[in-house]
Amino acid sequence: MTFLEINDVQKFYGDHEVLKGVSLDVAKHEVVCLIGASGSGKSTLLRCINALEPISRGEIRVDGDGVSGQGVDVNRLRRNVGMVFQSYNLFPHMSVLANVTLAPRKVAGRPRAEAEEQALALLDRVGMKDKANVYPDSLSGGQQQRVAIVRALATNPQVLLLDEITAALDPELVGDVLAIVRELAQDGLTMLLATHEMSFAREVASQVCFLHQGRILEKGSPQQIFEDPQEERTRQFLSRVLTAGRL
Amino acid sequence: MTSAPPAAAEVSAPPTPPQPVVPIAVVAVVVAIASAAASASSLRSLHRMLDDPSLTVTVLLVVLALAALLPVVVGLRAFGTARARAVHRSRGDLAGARHAAAIGREHAYTAMGYAFAVAILAGLVWFTTASDGAITNTFLRWEFLKSSFGVVTQAFWVNVRVAAGAQVLVLIVGLLIAIMRLLPGRAGRPLRWIAIAYVDTFRAIPSIIVLYLVGFGLKLAQVPVVKDLSPIWLAVIALTLTYSGYVAEVYRAGIESIHPSQWAASRSLGLSYGMTLRTVIIPQAVRRIVPPLLNDFIGLQKDTALIGVMGVTDAFTQARLSASNAFNLSPVIVVALLFVLITIPQARFVDHLMAKEHKRTGGTS
Repeated sequence: MTFLEINDVQKFYGDHEVLKGVSLDVAKHEVVCLIGASGSGKSTLLRCINALEPISRGEIRVDGDGVSGQGVDVNRLRRNVGMVFQSYNLFPHMSVLANVTLAPRKVAGRPRAEAEEQALALLDRVGMKDKANVYPDSLSGGQQQRVAIVRALATNPQVLLLDEITAALDPELVGDVLAIVRELAQDGLTMLLATHEMSFAREVASQVCFLHQGRILEKGSPQQIFEDPQEERTRQFLSRVLTAGRL
Repeated sequence: MTSAPPAAAEVSAPPTPPQPVVPIAVVAVVVAIASAAASASSLRSLHRMLDDPSLTVTVLLVVLALAALLPVVVGLRAFGTARARAVHRSRGDLAGARHAAAIGREHAYTAMGYAFAVAILAGLVWFTTASDGAITNTFLRWEFLKSSFGVVTQAFWVNVRVAAGAQVLVLIVGLLIAIMRLLPGRAGRPLRWIAIAYVDTFRAIPSIIVLYLVGFGLKLAQVPVVKDLSPIWLAVIALTLTYSGYVAEVYRAGIESIHPSQWAASRSLGLSYGMTLRTVIIPQAVRRIVPPLLNDFIGLQKDTALIGVMGVTDAFTQARLSASNAFNLSPVIVVALLFVLITIPQARFVDHLMAKEHKRTGGTS
């Protein structure tokens, strides 16, 4: 059953059209990887799904509810949609534990003790339990990103949006973060991820979409996209990535 | 990635000679001698002005005059290194020559820096002794400083109370106006306009006029509640009106300086606009605006010297009274010193807060 429906979505920044009619269906437990060059619209698409960016035309539905237009409770919607950002965006004035428990306490209204217990369990899972009381600035990029993932998971989202979450990391820190995402995929969490890690996409994705200039030019199974791309643009993109040594 | 190979000329250019020392050393010594002479002359006139100076005072002045010669000594040391530079150079020891030149120039710059400071201090001494000590007699007569200190300090308590009251209110009102000005969407538009109008109005009107209008106008117009307030409270209200405009802009700048990604992160977690502002944005903004906020607070404290126009006897009013009785401005100097005294600890306190914050965040924010 389709969980997330994206229907002919267009997005303008002023006169500039960033998304030119994107359509995509995502079923529950699917992992969709968005690949493509910088500026192809991957991040914008993700930000449209949880209404951080309003869409100009088209329709996005999460679990049957529209996310755009008037009369949408975006705060309600976002409880079902978690997001992790390229630059972590942890709150620098809060400890790791406060970062993770903020939404469960303030949005879901859980008691502090319960929220902290759940947060510590999640932090333990990503090996960050001993850092619960430190501030984000004293963590490495990889550690910050692991906390950011936990922060997004703490609201029990139905779908997780990951926006190039390893792009700002030093190469040796990428592995730890990807290991967590892999585990989440195995657990059956529905995820959309914009990524430049092609071998990872190939491994975890159930569906790969190649975006080019605001359009999904080609989508299909990882085998299809990586081994037998139909579009010339896809082939060019993949060969450039290959030359850069990222596949 | 495609860096050009170094040009051949660059490679084969002869090594540059060490920087010259002698010209700058000459300048430094000349400046140092001039400032020493100026300070000697001003100290002599100070000595002449004091009637019947004790031996201790005389010795002290002589020591000061000798201390003013120190930059000359430092400047002369630069000549010593200039000689060392020449020796190294004649031996072909370029590195040694550069080393000597660097030390020599450092000596020369140090001599100049201290010499200019001596010159400025000498100028101050000269100013206070000008026209046979008339300036000192006008501003710094010990007996008047002493006699007015009690009443002026007591009246200064009024300034402190008005400032403290207004500062507390300004912190609240300023934040409310800043939030109003940043309200999003169509719903917030009328309130945004009101906030803009407020800030534009009260930043434009001189605070002395607001004090005057509030101090007399509210009573004349028989405004309910307000008309029964004491003049001190009216002063607090007037200064709050003026300074909330400034502080609202400081808050706004602080809030807008927080990166949009913090908004995105908080909203993506399902926090509402208001909750994001309260728990994520404002706590970070407040840390950043402490220094400019203190700036406005110092301005507010100083403007308490204007509340005399509404009939409150503050320190400045009291000092003017004492001054006209004594026909001497020393009591006014007492108020000036009191303002300095309460400002300095606040400045140091902010420095302390900033250092603490810097340490906690590792200096990244």
